[in-house]
Amino acid sequence: METVFGIVVDGAAYGMILFIISVGLSVTLGLMRVVNLAHGAFAMVAGYIASYAAQGLGLPYAAALVGAVLVTVVATLPMERLLYRRIYGSANELSQVLLTIGLTFVIVAGINYLFGPTLKRIPLPDALLGTVSIGPKSIPAHRAFVIGMGAATILGLWWLLERTDFGIKLRAAVDDPNMAAALGIRTERLYMATFALGTGLAAMGGVLGAELLPLEPYYAIRYIVLFLAVVAVGGAGSIFGSAAAALALGIVDTAGKYLIPNFGEFFFYAALILILFRWPHGFFHGRGA
Amino acid sequence: MSAVATDRTRRETAGRRLRRAALDGAAVPVMAVLGLAAFWLFPNDLGLMTRIAATALYVLSLDLVLGFGGIATLGQAAMFGTGAYAAGIAAVNLVDEPITLLAIGGVAGGLIALVTGALILHARGLTLLMLTIAVVQIVQEVANKARDWTGGSDGLSGIDPAPVLGLFRFDLYGRTSYLFALAVLIVGYLVARRIVRSPFGLACRGVKEDPLRVAALGGSPKRYLVALYAVAGVFAGVAGALTAVTSGIVGLDSASFSWSAEALVMLVLGGTGRLYGAVIGTVAFMTIHHILASSDPFHWMLFIGLFLMAIVLFAPGGITSVLNGAGIERVFHRMKGGRA
Repeated sequence: METVFGIVVDGAAYGMILFIISVGLSVTLGLMRVVNLAHGAFAMVAGYIASYAAQGLGLPYAAALVGAVLVTVVATLPMERLLYRRIYGSANELSQVLLTIGLTFVIVAGINYLFGPTLKRIPLPDALLGTVSIGPKSIPAHRAFVIGMGAATILGLWWLLERTDFGIKLRAAVDDPNMAAALGIRTERLYMATFALGTGLAAMGGVLGAELLPLEPYYAIRYIVLFLAVVAVGGAGSIFGSAAAALALGIVDTAGKYLIPNFGEFFFYAALILILFRWPHGFFHGRGA
Repeated sequence: MSAVATDRTRRETAGRRLRRAALDGAAVPVMAVLGLAAFWLFPNDLGLMTRIAATALYVLSLDLVLGFGGIATLGQAAMFGTGAYAAGIAAVNLVDEPITLLAIGGVAGGLIALVTGALILHARGLTLLMLTIAVVQIVQEVANKARDWTGGSDGLSGIDPAPVLGLFRFDLYGRTSYLFALAVLIVGYLVARRIVRSPFGLACRGVKEDPLRVAALGGSPKRYLVALYAVAGVFAGVAGALTAVTSGIVGLDSASFSWSAEALVMLVLGGTGRLYGAVIGTVAFMTIHHILASSDPFHWMLFIGLFLMAIVLFAPGGITSVLNGAGIERVFHRMKGGRA
């Protein structure tokens, strides 16, 4: 019973981190049809910035988190204009893969140059170091915080996409970019805003998840397959699909590591093949954003 | 079927096609001459050059899949690794005749490609990319777990092949290894060229250009793609076996996601859809890698990252397209007395 509880809590926290990062990828993939392999690199950059802000500048955790997200978004926006805009659309998948792998390599080399190859930490505030008791059980405060942030992200995104002007325009552009443009929606600005949203989510996930996905220069390459798996299983552009896929993969992966430590990876990818064989477009394909 | 396939070629003028054919025809003699010249010029780098030759065959297999079938894959190392392990295990337990070992590797690579291809090639786009990644990860995981056969993360060693054709012993300096690998590469190249030019190859190109039309003409796009995937799997398997035979060791990284991605990078450097592009890309990539990575692997990542971005933005056809556009093709043009 203890083990099951532990698996659920750790798996859910892990899944929420996967969700926060992957949903950013899912949104950009759903709208701009760009397979952004540099997404993990953006998450990593934010983690390093937060680590520097907290350890080098002595900022509090919350300030480091917000600062890292803002800096990452501002730093990546020029890339949208200069690089990504040229490869939007599903016609040039190969160019997308190559350009974003290239960008990832450059970022990995740059991070290594600036921060060195050692593992970096983002020190947690005291409030997140203890435990929180829920009824008879108690769970680590950091896990609870991550799960709460994940839930808040789901609700916030749902509200943003379903209940605001921005969301309506975004869904219109997903369904039919040309018609949306003809109706006077400025799709270029919309793309930029969406790219910023996706990067911001990656950045937030990178900072929040630094405890679970440790920060080192190869982070960007090591975890991108995981994020892509969540998007492929959840269906590109679907919030709830990403959440379901991230939680399922997070719990399966954690359960595999706890119960059958030698075969975790194998079951993860076998499950991925079976799911994609049955649902080639992911669980929740068909809904717009 | 060829009516569909030549759709793109028809747009090219006859002269262009002639130049292309001349380039294609020159590829094998040039490869042989340069390969032999390198043998005399760089006697201390034979190990590296052997790896380059085997890798070129592997990238060639990816070119068949991607350049002629349009299948974007990040899992080609599944076939390479399977071939390498099959040949390695056979060499340790059963036979030591090098050419038999290559055949075993080829069969193993072809079989795994046939099975997984039939399973995953219905998908497209991101789903297909993910599926190919999943396949290579599973192959790696199986190799990792089957320690008794593969040596797990320690790698499989103790491969000690007999002399080639019973005549040429594998010597300490790697001379035999290199010449053997070069010969296999050239034979592989010729076979690949034959396949590409066959009705089957043209049909595959037809599927790449317009699968709907192929289906309308009564062909089955998926069946062509699976067949092509399996054929390329044979090439990748032979390349893996060649690496195993010449290096005497097989590691887990021969069936890794990153080895697949590196093959893609090499192919794109050289240019997809032309077989010589695969060879040129491999030579360029491995040579620069050898020079830069020996100082600091991160220098190498910075360089290759910038290079990849530059290729996508400025030269989408790869190095050979630059050569074709600005150099070689123009030279051919002048030789024929045409307008520059």
